[in-house]
Amino acid sequence: MSQLAEPLRPTPPRKLKLYFTIFLLALFLFASAYQTDSTFSELFTGLPNMTGLLVDMVPPNWAYLDNITPAMFETIRMAVVGTTIGAVLAIPIALLSASNVFQSSWIWYPVRFVLNLVRTIPELLLAAIFVAIFGLGPLPGIFALGIFSVGIIAKLTYEAIESIDKGPLESMTAVGANKLQWIRCAVVPQVSAHFITYVLYTFEVNIRAAAILGLVGAGGIGLYYDRTLGFLEYDKVSTIILFTLVVVLIIDYFSGKLREKLL
Amino acid sequence: MIRPQKPKKKIGLYILIYGSLLLLYVWAFSGVPMDGFKDTAGQISKAIFSGIFSPDWDYVYLPDGEDLLRGLLDTLAIAVLGTFISAILCIPFAFWASKNMNRARFTTGTGKFMLSFIRTFPELVMALLFIKAVGPGSFAGVLALGLHSIGMLGKLFSEEVEAIDPGPSEALAATGANRIQTLRLAVLPQVLPGFISYTLYRFEINLRSASILGIIGAGGIGTPLIFAMQSRDWERVGIILLGIIVMVVLVDMISGFLRKRVV
Repeated sequence: MSQLAEPLRPTPPRKLKLYFTIFLLALFLFASAYQTDSTFSELFTGLPNMTGLLVDMVPPNWAYLDNITPAMFETIRMAVVGTTIGAVLAIPIALLSASNVFQSSWIWYPVRFVLNLVRTIPELLLAAIFVAIFGLGPLPGIFALGIFSVGIIAKLTYEAIESIDKGPLESMTAVGANKLQWIRCAVVPQVSAHFITYVLYTFEVNIRAAAILGLVGAGGIGLYYDRTLGFLEYDKVSTIILFTLVVVLIIDYFSGKLREKLL
Repeated sequence: MIRPQKPKKKIGLYILIYGSLLLLYVWAFSGVPMDGFKDTAGQISKAIFSGIFSPDWDYVYLPDGEDLLRGLLDTLAIAVLGTFISAILCIPFAFWASKNMNRARFTTGTGKFMLSFIRTFPELVMALLFIKAVGPGSFAGVLALGLHSIGMLGKLFSEEVEAIDPGPSEALAATGANRIQTLRLAVLPQVLPGFISYTLYRFEINLRSASILGIIGAGGIGTPLIFAMQSRDWERVGIILLGIIVMVVLVDMISGFLRKRVV
């Protein structure tokens, strides 16, 4: 009888890569914890403060609603105007950065580069810069939201433009349309629904953003966080938080319904 | 000759939509203070621009104390730690909120509501509350990001869990595996790539958030930035902005590369 050959078994995959990844991740985490002075002991000493704070927050001070309602309307107003400015500015920028509208990469490449740069700047930072330029009030907030919205809307829209059907574009070229006619009759009908949903989506984002812009003095309800937290009036803080939450949820609901209808 | 008829428009609906839009805009724009421009606006914007184009290079590294690199490192550490905390904490929420893991619709509903509640709670407000609990500094920022990101990550994770193939779970159940074993051997391998990819995506978002948390005193590069703005040191503002942009772009590139590898 010949010796039976050892059956060929698949070797288990090497675990080295996995261990190395885990080690690297752990190293990152420890370095980060060291850099930020995050320790569990600090968390546990902080927790009683936190629960005390949460206890102070209930019940919310409903009488404070009268004071903050005008600020809430200002917040919504800022979001509406900021989103509109952003949407209008985003149209030419989206067209310029779509590679199937302007074939030359000399046009869309620099436009996209600037667009990406704009999107790396957080909206609160923009607001802080505009507050330095224009002074306190809703105006810097509106400009910050406008520029912030251009970044989102233009990016999403140019991606939608790049995925449109080529047929209408070619037939418009074939009948000798100029660039503007070409855009109006072949591009716009295909992306307008997408564009409106993106604007609505950005509006939802902007409502949330507008609610905190006041922290740097750019108008809206955010201003009241500073005021009430400074005086340790946590019942008023919870009123602001709940009020903002309700408004955001209502707007999200209607905007979501509209977006579903459009697509 | 029979021509195709133009599609009938629902005139009433159009009047309603455009009318209400018009009213909304009249209301929104009437509240914008157009006289809010300060006389110095032009001058300051010129100063900001010249500051951004001639940044204060000396600030990049100072041998002692606060400099740009240390600020950016702090920001990075806050984002890493905050993302990690939320990626761990959101896993139970994700299973709680996914339809195929619970039979009762009530459980799923409450899970989803919890997540959307956390999502609408802005991270800056959370940071303000954590500052009251653990004191100002990076740790408050870490906790705020860690808690806020649960909302979005939990939602994305639960959608990932809902999209898994039931086959492997059923096969394991048929061999008599208990619930934990099924989770580990059938569910986890299917959802892990998605989890990692979403975590990296959230990390990109958290890095942007971490760079503004300092504005309210929760650590990171935002604190020197807001100080530089208040003291109108535009060259320093310029270098910090540049540093943030470079860091965000680099991290986006690395994270995008990793995400492509994972999925």
